[in-house]
Amino acid sequence: MRIHEYQAKRLFAEAGIPVAPCRVVTSSEDAVVAAEELGFPVVVKAQIHAGGRGKGGGVSLASSSDEVRGVAERLLGHPLVTHQTDSSGRKVHTLLVERATSIASELYLGMTIDRSRRTIAVMASRSGGIDIEETVKEDPDAVLKEWVEPVVGLRPFQAFRLALRLGLTTATARAVAKVVLALYRLFCEKDCTLAEINPLAITPEGEAVAIDAKMTFDDNGLFRHPEVREMRDLREEDPLEIEATSINLNYIKLDGNVGCLVNGAGLAMATMDLIKLAGAEPANFLDVGGGATAEMIEKGFAILIGDPDVRAVLINIFGGILRCDVLAEGVVAAARKRRIDVPVIVRLEGTHVEAGREILASSGLAFRNAEDLKQAASLVAAAVEASP
Amino acid sequence: MSILIDEATRVLVQGITGNEGRFHTRQMVEYGTRIVAGVTPGKGGQEVDGIPVFDTVADAVDETGANASILFVPPAFAADAIMEAAEAGADLVVCLTEGIPVHDMISVRRYLDLLGTRLIGPNTPGLISPGMCKLGVMAGYIHRPGPIGILSRSGTLTYEVVHQLTTSGVGQSTCVGIGGDQITGLSFAELLPMFEADPETTGIILIGEIGGSAEEEAATVIADRITKPVVGFIAGRTAPRGRRMGHAGAIITGGSGTASTKISAFREAGVIVAESPAEIGARMIAAGFEA
Repeated sequence: MRIHEYQAKRLFAEAGIPVAPCRVVTSSEDAVVAAEELGFPVVVKAQIHAGGRGKGGGVSLASSSDEVRGVAERLLGHPLVTHQTDSSGRKVHTLLVERATSIASELYLGMTIDRSRRTIAVMASRSGGIDIEETVKEDPDAVLKEWVEPVVGLRPFQAFRLALRLGLTTATARAVAKVVLALYRLFCEKDCTLAEINPLAITPEGEAVAIDAKMTFDDNGLFRHPEVREMRDLREEDPLEIEATSINLNYIKLDGNVGCLVNGAGLAMATMDLIKLAGAEPANFLDVGGGATAEMIEKGFAILIGDPDVRAVLINIFGGILRCDVLAEGVVAAARKRRIDVPVIVRLEGTHVEAGREILASSGLAFRNAEDLKQAASLVAAAVEASP
Repeated sequence: MSILIDEATRVLVQGITGNEGRFHTRQMVEYGTRIVAGVTPGKGGQEVDGIPVFDTVADAVDETGANASILFVPPAFAADAIMEAAEAGADLVVCLTEGIPVHDMISVRRYLDLLGTRLIGPNTPGLISPGMCKLGVMAGYIHRPGPIGILSRSGTLTYEVVHQLTTSGVGQSTCVGIGGDQITGLSFAELLPMFEADPETTGIILIGEIGGSAEEEAATVIADRITKPVVGFIAGRTAPRGRRMGHAGAIITGGSGTASTKISAFREAGVIVAESPAEIGARMIAAGFEA
């Protein structure tokens, strides 16, 4: 789960990480009031769940009330396009107005889960404001790392060493190490999978201030953080995906036009790949769960058919403990409830498969039966070729 | 014959008194797995289908000599249950639970490494040595004993591949689901040498997917130490970046963990790469493994 910059900064402030004085506003009038209270110059920042806001025009320095009003009116209620959004952008509902910080230099500070080392990695770089993923690719040495030993956690000496390796003076290194340790405590306490301060500003006085804030939380850890769950902003998510999540389905909307419904994540990805190999593009990822019930299949099917881009549907179910006849009943029940104008290809395999296929065949509905994956692929190709 | 489990494995079930634990215990017993004990805190002294239930794993191990544990425990309690099994001396712990926080798994994996306990999962259907022992929730009957070892991050995609092999008359030595999470127990790289050392396994299928670098690490091991033919498949060529594809671990972050880098690593290591999920079994059989 992602949150906005202003929400992450509230958590930072509680955790003792220095942030500049700021206000959260949703109207241009309030933006002006906030700026006047904070004192000019201020920075006005659009709050959306996407990076690249600076380059996309979502972050502006303003030195007067008129400038603040102008920026706020330009941003609020309008879509902001960045390299991380799609071409239609994300609508801006909220602004962060922040007193501008005098900056002597900018650092990068981040934490993430290092899967191959099976622990938390702390990353820092002298060049703040960078795209860390690009930097790692082009110049891995520009990003310094410390790894956490899970038995003892991140130690103060590691935080200080990391700061010194950035080439900071002793006093500034101490200030940065303090931020590193505070961010690490927050990262662990809130079950984060990513936390970034990019940039972490060093002021002319040698103090460290978080200019930007990004936090991503482990969905599997949310059950123990009601305060984090409350920060979820549904306006940042796709409505079909929200609906799917609410009934425990894994659904991701894609650009193609062949919808697919599969039980199990790996088989679902493999089925998308199969559609692509057949010369078509998948319209979605939809995993109804390795242990899906007939009811889940019915709900998943409804979401699939609700996507206007879908020109053909491939249902691929491998029934194990859950029997194919039960699953076939779910498919038939779902199909009966709505008019379906697109070809539906069903590939069913596993326990009681004959009974399942019989239910599909005798339903009176125009399913196209595929005996195996190979045949499913060629039926998809044929359906796409025949569609206008 | 197999890796990790066989007919001598003495199994205890943590969470045996829950619906899922009870159902799958019965399924495993029917398959021939030697279930010797169950554990549910607070239910010690009861029985499930004649299997004695204990309050703690330590008691169950002391009384029954169990050496492997399988868990049917909800996400919030799973990390603790895995550590309890390891501390009590189980050699192998199989955790099926989906949804364990990744921070919990960092501690779990480190603790188990310190104790020398092997973990399979979490977020896996488990593992099976066909005809001998099933520690998981897969449908037993689709498998048959034979020479192919399977390692996979996915459940139903593994069933698909097993089905392709079995219907072609080719059996399996052991099928291991390593789990779909970001941090798991035994990895591809740790399991591959076990299949190399198993005289009955003559070919290996490795089913990977996007996210992380488990496949790249496996490729290094294959190039250095594996002489048996390996067929590989990577699910998620069409997956978008930055989106979690069902499994917690199936996500391309930045430019890393893509299908294409994994497939290149496989090719460089001499792995036979199946382009389509429909041909994974056929590629293995074509490499010379008729029944």
